[in-house]
Amino acid sequence: MNCREAQELIHGFVDSELGLVLNLEMERHMRECPGCSGTDERLHAMHTAVSDNSLYFQPPAGLEDRLRTRLRKVNSVEGRVWTLSPSWRGIGIAAALVLCIAGTWQIANTRQRSSITETIGQEVVASHVRSLMATHLTDVPSSDQHTVKPWFNGKLDFSPVVADFADRGFVLAGGRLDYLANRAVAALVYRRRQHVINLFTWPTSQRDMAIRAFDRLGYHALNWNKSHVTYWTVSDLNPEELRQFADMLRNHE
Amino acid sequence: MPEKAELARFEQMVLPHLGAAYNLARWLTGNNHDAEDVVQESYLRALKFFGGFRGENSRPWLLTIVRNTCFTWLRQNRFSEFTELDEQIHGREREPRNPESIMLAAAHSETVRKAIEALPPEFREVIILREMEDLSYKEISVIASIPVGTVMSRLARARSRLQELLSELMTRGVGA
Repeated sequence: MNCREAQELIHGFVDSELGLVLNLEMERHMRECPGCSGTDERLHAMHTAVSDNSLYFQPPAGLEDRLRTRLRKVNSVEGRVWTLSPSWRGIGIAAALVLCIAGTWQIANTRQRSSITETIGQEVVASHVRSLMATHLTDVPSSDQHTVKPWFNGKLDFSPVVADFADRGFVLAGGRLDYLANRAVAALVYRRRQHVINLFTWPTSQRDMAIRAFDRLGYHALNWNKSHVTYWTVSDLNPEELRQFADMLRNHE
Repeated sequence: MPEKAELARFEQMVLPHLGAAYNLARWLTGNNHDAEDVVQESYLRALKFFGGFRGENSRPWLLTIVRNTCFTWLRQNRFSEFTELDEQIHGREREPRNPESIMLAAAHSETVRKAIEALPPEFREVIILREMEDLSYKEISVIASIPVGTVMSRLARARSRLQELLSELMTRGVGA
């Protein structure tokens, strides 16, 4: 190893981020080269100087208690609206006023449910993005619904509806297990031209609900409940075609 | 949404990292008052997203939220000093002019503090996360949302800049 290579890797070396082989080569080079071992020493000295305890800010006295109090308050139903981002605070205040006036559980539950839905919406988009990044889009790659549906047997506590709309340009690409809303769910993958569509389904105790739309990070997501099943579909496909897909599913069977 | 048991679990897993959260927020905001606000805001957000957290290690997870809350705060409140980091401008690694004179080990911690404060926020954060929190490149890449390769090059630049700043401060200190 020459000095140029050693200098390129020296931060990884100091931070113990190099693999065994490179690490050994670096160690050998350090023994032979005073210039590079000087850099190494300087970086260690810097680490010692910066990691000095006196530079680590300790939280002020009472912050932990104040935080606990606030978390508990927020966790109770009437405080929960404050967990929303600032732009939602106005709506939160209005909702809190309505709560005070009406004082019914019904409204509290609705409010709670909608923020749960928002959280699940974020999870759904995150899961969709992950499925595209990893080499794990499908556990069972198949365009045959009679292959995909039985694959879920024994893996889930329900049997998901697997439909194929290849004749209308939405081609089933496979299925996989995913984890959303604190439970295992079925994820079905469809393709529309170059676009990937994820469809997540799991059982719910809630009543039927019309389609609701969420937009996040440039992805569109639609959510509805039908016959005690929750559906979430998400894609970068344009909203109209995703809606068409959702309508086909809703009218299926 | 978190129930009582969920809140207890949250407190047990996430509250112990208050020190790390506060330290990062304090370094990035530059003062106690805003650091406390950012930490409180971050914990409320963390509680909201806790249902979606399934990892083992809650410290980097919490620090990601703190870091993002800090940068939102910086963009809103320190816009003048906050500029998107141009890797080119800060890019060249230069050897300090007289390395012998830089006795880092002897540098007064007050001098080191000033030098870290003078770093651009993106450099400051990688220095805090690596040198103070001992996080891996992979963890830092997740927290700062940059590729792992960029973590190493950014750390290299940050350290080089820190060394320059220390050198300047110490020379000035000696001259005064």
